[in-house]
Amino acid sequence: MAAAGLLERYHARDSAIHRADARVKLVAALAYIFAITATREGDWTALALLALPVVIVVLASRLPLRLVLGRALIAIPFLLVAAPLLFTRPGETVAELPVLGWTVSDEGAIAVATILGKSWLSVIVAVVLMATTEAPVLLRALRALRLPRLLVASIEFAYRYLFVVADEAARMLQARSSRSASIEGRRAGRTVRWRARVAGNLVGTLFVRSIERSERVHAAMLARGYDGEQRQLAAPRVARTAALTAAVVVLYGCAVQAAVRL
Amino acid sequence: MSANGAGPPDDTPALRLRGVRYDYPDGTSGLRGVDLDIASGELVAVLGPNGAGKSTLMRLLNGLIRGEGSIEVLGEALTDDTVRSIRSRVGLLFSNPDDQLFSPTVLDDVAYGPLHQGLDTDEVLERSRAALAEVGMAAYEDRTPHRLSLGEKKRVAIATVLSMRPDILVLDEPTASLAPAARHELIELLRELPLTQLFATHDLAMAGDLANRVVVLSDGLVVGDGPTEEVLGDATLLREHGLEPELHGRPASVHSRQGLG
Repeated sequence: MAAAGLLERYHARDSAIHRADARVKLVAALAYIFAITATREGDWTALALLALPVVIVVLASRLPLRLVLGRALIAIPFLLVAAPLLFTRPGETVAELPVLGWTVSDEGAIAVATILGKSWLSVIVAVVLMATTEAPVLLRALRALRLPRLLVASIEFAYRYLFVVADEAARMLQARSSRSASIEGRRAGRTVRWRARVAGNLVGTLFVRSIERSERVHAAMLARGYDGEQRQLAAPRVARTAALTAAVVVLYGCAVQAAVRL
Repeated sequence: MSANGAGPPDDTPALRLRGVRYDYPDGTSGLRGVDLDIASGELVAVLGPNGAGKSTLMRLLNGLIRGEGSIEVLGEALTDDTVRSIRSRVGLLFSNPDDQLFSPTVLDDVAYGPLHQGLDTDEVLERSRAALAEVGMAAYEDRTPHRLSLGEKKRVAIATVLSMRPDILVLDEPTASLAPAARHELIELLRELPLTQLFATHDLAMAGDLANRVVVLSDGLVVGDGPTEEVLGDATLLREHGLEPELHGRPASVHSRQGLG
């Protein structure tokens, strides 16, 4: 349904990145994000060098560029958090806000630009990871990497039932529109307040139903012998080439950080 | 033509469909060109296997989804401008009543339609209570919809549409999953409603009990259309389109197995 399109992050393509072992991708992505975050303020050389493998991976993944860049916009809120630095960092004044009279310092601008660059690159890495790895595979990878089972199970259920709940919400919205009618000579839809109350009731109903559903699911799991332990088929061995490539990329990231500090 | 004598003796058909097509977003076809005229007062069963396009057709009639071709409701073309007023004329009953009921109490849900229409509170209450009485659920107005039995939910769902005073009732699998007694009561209730009705179903016995006309839909096309006895008597046609004529009149347990498939 429509809801699935909103939540699904995987974007099927036939590429080496898509085929690569999810465990390798996950570890490499996390390690590389750490390497990116180590970038010092205003170190544009390091940032550019770190961007290079990201560009190569994006191209190799054959993902539509629009999709990657569009999803990477999620980095924008981080900029809002960093924005106060523009005005609070001491330094030479480079600009002044018209009405408020706050001054922007050069140091502040560099700090914010670095944060933006780092978070944007990191988000692109995460976006590529999510878009080239199906969620169940990624979850298996999390478990294979010995993340706490309860945590993985929670993510797993959240992922599974987000779709169910989203579908349920979509059906309720459809039911509402099928009865959102007008008749001649009357103003349809009453007031904003009334519509807001209906929407609130709708959310409440969805919440109650979700809780009841979770109880039914739990009962169904217990009925099939659930004891808190998720069992799975044995994971295959990590392919050597994938692991090697990932190691090279991560080492490159570390090398860049080390080199610029020499 | 009209079995229950309802509806105005008017030449304008209640529903008039010409070349109605609908393709799902994923590219598969729901309907591939449907022409259909339904006269006021007719009780029409739309039969067809799963995936024949029955639910798609039902949703198109209320403007929930929009396809190609033309749909006229009581002479008025269904367009972006008229869809809201047409929803006052065509009431849609979803196959699963849980999809239909979204309010905290039965009365809230039944009142939603008339409230949205902009009617005065007194009139809304009067209509809502009348609709609940009509389906035999007057004593349930303060109950929570999701705690009701399936048969009760179906009745309330019908009331949510009746309170809007539609001319045409469109029902998607009204007897799906109902226990035999509840199913029987529902059929009796629908028979008494003085509305033009179009219902999608797998339930051949229900079609035989209630409809005066049967339309067979298969793979997005109308493949059979005629008086109930005639179409239900055509075993070859029914079998060809995934309907089991020999089940007609067999015990309910056999039906429900088939119906759930």
